[in-house]
Amino acid sequence: MHNKSLTELSIALRQRQISSVELTSLFLDRITRYGAPLNCFITVTPEMALNQAREADKRLQAGDAGPLTGIPLAHKDIFCTKGVKTSSGSKMLDNFIAPYDATVVEKSQAAFMVMLGKANMDEFAMGSSNETSYYGPVKNPWDLQAVPGGSSGGSAAAVAARLTPIATGTDTGGSIRQPAALCNLTGLKPTYGLVSRYGMIAFASSLDQGGPIGHSAEDVAHLLNIIAGFDPRDSTSIDRPKEDYTLQLNQDITGLKIGLPTEYFGEGLDAEVGKVLEQALKELEKAGASLHDIHLPHTPLAVPVYYIIAPAECSSNLSRFDGVRFGHRCENPKDMIDLFKRSRGEGFGAEVKRRIMIGTYALSAGYYDAYYLKAQQIRRLITQDFKQAFHQVDVIMGPTSPTPAFNLGEKTDDPLKMYLSDIYTLSVNLAGLPGLSIPAGFVKQRPVGLQLIGNYFSEAKLLNVAHQFQQRTVWHSAIPKAYQ
Amino acid sequence: MSWEVVIGLEVHAQLATNSKIFSGASTAYGASPNTQACAVDLGLPGVLPVLNEAVVQMACKFGLAVGATVAPRSVFARKNYFYPDLPKGYQISQYELPIVKQGTLKIEMDGQEKVIGITRAHLEEDAGKSLHEDFQGLTGIDLNRAGTPLLEIVSEPDMRSAKEAIVYMKKLHSLVRYLEICDGNMQEGSFRCDANVSVRQVGQKEFGTRAELKNLNSFRFVERAINYEIERQIDLLERGGQVVQETRLYDADKNETRPMRSKEEAHDYRYFPDPDLLPLIIEPAFLEQVQKTLPELPDAKKQRFMQQYGLSGYDAGVLTSTRELADYFEETVKESSSDAKLCANWVMVELAGLLNKHNLEIPASPVTAKQMGGMLRRITDNTISGKLAKDVFEAMWNGEGDADTIIEKRGLKQVTDTGAIEKVIDEVMVNNPKQLADYRSGKEKLFGFFVGQVMKVSGGKANPGQVNELLKKKLGG
Repeated sequence: MHNKSLTELSIALRQRQISSVELTSLFLDRITRYGAPLNCFITVTPEMALNQAREADKRLQAGDAGPLTGIPLAHKDIFCTKGVKTSSGSKMLDNFIAPYDATVVEKSQAAFMVMLGKANMDEFAMGSSNETSYYGPVKNPWDLQAVPGGSSGGSAAAVAARLTPIATGTDTGGSIRQPAALCNLTGLKPTYGLVSRYGMIAFASSLDQGGPIGHSAEDVAHLLNIIAGFDPRDSTSIDRPKEDYTLQLNQDITGLKIGLPTEYFGEGLDAEVGKVLEQALKELEKAGASLHDIHLPHTPLAVPVYYIIAPAECSSNLSRFDGVRFGHRCENPKDMIDLFKRSRGEGFGAEVKRRIMIGTYALSAGYYDAYYLKAQQIRRLITQDFKQAFHQVDVIMGPTSPTPAFNLGEKTDDPLKMYLSDIYTLSVNLAGLPGLSIPAGFVKQRPVGLQLIGNYFSEAKLLNVAHQFQQRTVWHSAIPKAYQ
Repeated sequence: MSWEVVIGLEVHAQLATNSKIFSGASTAYGASPNTQACAVDLGLPGVLPVLNEAVVQMACKFGLAVGATVAPRSVFARKNYFYPDLPKGYQISQYELPIVKQGTLKIEMDGQEKVIGITRAHLEEDAGKSLHEDFQGLTGIDLNRAGTPLLEIVSEPDMRSAKEAIVYMKKLHSLVRYLEICDGNMQEGSFRCDANVSVRQVGQKEFGTRAELKNLNSFRFVERAINYEIERQIDLLERGGQVVQETRLYDADKNETRPMRSKEEAHDYRYFPDPDLLPLIIEPAFLEQVQKTLPELPDAKKQRFMQQYGLSGYDAGVLTSTRELADYFEETVKESSSDAKLCANWVMVELAGLLNKHNLEIPASPVTAKQMGGMLRRITDNTISGKLAKDVFEAMWNGEGDADTIIEKRGLKQVTDTGAIEKVIDEVMVNNPKQLADYRSGKEKLFGFFVGQVMKVSGGKANPGQVNELLKKKLGG
């Protein structure tokens, strides 16, 4: 049962082959068995899950069920969940029980999905390896020596190990796509504004976007149907008609024009990863698509621009963690300044502090124009690159990550090296476009992801292309041995 | 040495919305601490601001009323600083692109008109309150006020005396209340002011170094604080010292200003556009709608009062100083079918006097405009004399009903019957033979004595005009 797709689970539940309580117990058992060594959950909520499963079973029995009613999922611990600890992977919020539900959580509950628990993540979503979490690193189910990617590393590891059928994640610079790639999963970062950010603890507001991580494009489409949509509580949420992302999955992709940015296939890309991608692209050609070289000339600027804008926004977003109203407070503060300094000094980890400092500097009087303003200008140029490219092609493809999963501890001492692991994903966030990573093969038993980038609100198209690819390939159905 | 004073004011007007600028929590004043602060106001992790449209309408109303440019695109920015009563660690405000730019306000002082420039007006959220008393050395935080909408109205440094600053501030106070965008309650902090004050030698072009005065929560304090500060600066400069650019707090008890924070401690607020809020776009159609909701503004109303009612500039100015007073006056005129000047006098002298004495505002007046008009009608139609009217007015103030009831009950109806008045005059003449003889031998000053006697005998009810006329005839023999 734990290897089934959401569609299969949905049918099984409706046909009473299994109840939601049984299905939920099955996954809770797997979490008990495999969860601790992988360290992919910060909080498991068995009681709540079983209650929700009972509710779902009532719906199923009454014939009043939606497509995902009764199906378990895990939420990244960045989404606020009422009455449940919501830590954002930080000591700062180790004591924070959210008093309200994020919109994404509310929507999954309204669909009578069952929350198994809260997935581990890099602290405040800052990291590419899930090694900055206060709760310790997450292991990659494909190889316990390897990182699962980050920041949604807990979500990815849990799905890859079949501890949950699907999970939510968030992506500010690649945090859904890169762990999906490193764990052999399908992960979607939707168009900025498609999924509400309300109740999603902010890292960099203009870049953050929630989305699904699952086994296949079809599964991802199903969860996207639930969590996407306008939310009046998020001013950056976009008011547009709701779509059914499963409808176009089976469309023929003959005639599809795929753009390959030369900047994504040059220096820096692992040669073996390059070969895997070449094979994948050939597969798409066989399906009727054509390949075209394109240029995204401002790509080399994406990393520096991102590492101005994201830290600048985070330095401000994380100011609310001051020890006054919630979260970590230092012992016996001498005075107001001491309270701020020590609460923040003790509550935040090194990577978060680093980014707060970079961002504070970039916004300072006298530096603002040279850094933040300049970065915003270049951001527009990067966006312009994509707009032009989409005049020529339907979908852009390239690597999700320059290498397969690296080893735990390999890059923790070198932030710059770590930052470069997101080199192909950052631009997509800067431009606000949708990006999807799908399994494309393996290099030395470690998964490789193919990234699909589409125009604004082209999620249905991206999922269609991915589904067609997955119909012709087996990569996405590969399961790490220990968890079969 | 001769000094020129330069003053600019920053006025914070709390916008009179029911809910906060970025959340649905109530803005009502005086609730128990932290009962009107929702997740958004508390700055909980994950919450997001959503702009209250009523706030935008009010800012537009103000912009149109001061002839300013209402920006088709303005931007909310974050002002970053740490303070326990600032929940998010930043205040959402407008910085480079405010909603209102370049307006003017006309003021009048000693009969002279002057135009004061309004540099800008921008929207922002208020912070909470830190409470230092009653916590045994700790600080209490009340976040009820956090997220209350403010319009910060920044003037040009166009004022040249504390008095001028007060006239401007009062005019602004009247305007925001006319527009019904701010209740103007200074005790509750709905209308607050910071003053930038500097001095320079007469003829000098550059401005002197300024000090920013804070904590000015009444017109009186603004005037006193500015005057104290002017003296302090002149004294300092004349003794060879230099003014330091700093923020100074006004202490009303000691009537002095003292430094709050100096330049070295000045914050770097690290302003940047708030990524949680889209730029605020104001369409021309929206502005047209707002334009339609604008009431008649004080200056226009004053002009109309002068023309329509034949009032002096001074009277018209006083009567239009608040919308409530102007409405009261106009209703009084309508009800009384009387001369507008008579109405103006009664409203400005008798009514204003009693209101002042009891520290009441017009809306709380025990005598309604309808009652006032009803009484003035009885003066005009000679039912009562102006003198008796004062008794009637007092009785109305004390809640004895409207003028007609009081006149009836107290038998105050004026005597206008010629025969009856003549009878009284005859009686007075018989009882005062000496005065009569003196008068007739040329001591005409005694005329007043006879008027007084007749009025006294008639119990004040004889019509004074008729008394005059008949007395003249009869005394003349």
